[in-house]
Amino acid sequence: MAGPLYIADAEGLRTVVLEGLAVLFHPRSGQTHIVAPPAPEILDALGEGATDLDGLVARLSERFEFDSNEGRPAIAARLGELETAGLVRRS
Amino acid sequence: MRHGVNLAVGPLSFRVGSAWPGPVAALRHLYAGYPGCETADFTVRLEPVTPWRRWVRPSVAIQGDYVLPDAAPLPLAHGLVAAEMGMNLQMALGERRYLLLHAASVEKDGRALILTGESGAGKSTLAAWLGEHGWRFMGDEFALLEPETGLLFPFPRAVSLKNESIAAMAAFVAGDRFGPRLEGTPKGTIRHIRPNDQAVARMTEPARPALILFPRFGHAAEIRPVGPAEAFMRLTQASTNYVALGQRGFDALTGLVQNCRALALDYPDGAKAAELIELIWAEAAR
Repeated sequence: MAGPLYIADAEGLRTVVLEGLAVLFHPRSGQTHIVAPPAPEILDALGEGATDLDGLVARLSERFEFDSNEGRPAIAARLGELETAGLVRRS
Repeated sequence: MRHGVNLAVGPLSFRVGSAWPGPVAALRHLYAGYPGCETADFTVRLEPVTPWRRWVRPSVAIQGDYVLPDAAPLPLAHGLVAAEMGMNLQMALGERRYLLLHAASVEKDGRALILTGESGAGKSTLAAWLGEHGWRFMGDEFALLEPETGLLFPFPRAVSLKNESIAAMAAFVAGDRFGPRLEGTPKGTIRHIRPNDQAVARMTEPARPALILFPRFGHAAEIRPVGPAEAFMRLTQASTNYVALGQRGFDALTGLVQNCRALALDYPDGAKAAELIELIWAEAAR
């Protein structure tokens, strides 16, 4: 069964990459976040539209070379952190 | 208010009113040669805690557009410190045009060196020392970053020297530039010095930021690079109005750390710090 669908709350989000880390300004909350890969990549992939965890892993594996099974727990963990930060929400 | 003075410091202006003549007279002496202003960006009022405390054990409460409800009043003898704290408070909470960095800054050849760190890191003393040794003193407390241009504007208020720094600066600075010696303030012994004529004459002239230093006093000399993400994070903490400025603050600060090298500088004493700063600057200016 498919899990919940996630979408990036990225309207007006500003991202600046500073030596491997990305700083994000989230206009809706006025908050600034400093994130490491793969968080910016997850936000970018979710920008295509809502998808569940499997869909997200599939989108990322099309763009980056990694083992989907090995990468899945890390992506799920980062997705949870982004949801807590308010940068990702369930659609 | 019975007594008052209007002062322009850098691009900002203040009206300081006081129930007593003493703090205003001290400000007039300390800021001799500073321009006045018709209208003020910020208003500070030094008032008695209660009406009778104007005469009986006079205690100064800091009032203005912004007030800290739990701020302890200061004895009248420390009226100058109260005025300075009031000016800082109004700016820290009310300023919206510039991104305020809790930092000292100096300038050479149109380029600014930003010194930021916690209280006791030696920002004031280093900036004051450099200001008497070939640099233009821009400020010891706040650096004003203009988001639209990325330029740094001066805020050359009187330098607040603490404890051992007072004697160290007396060797370079004429006696008439010193304010009264204030013992037993919340920050120990304080004595202010008026920035020199060049700093006052050029107080509205901005500079392009070129180097950010995070000095730390009392450690063996060491210089370490600070990555732009860490510099960004530390500067958001050093800014009093970063959150209030929203996206303008974010753009200003990310622009600053992308265009400026940042270094941490540990130093055992002022002479060593000055030597290292000149070396770092010579390399950065290449």
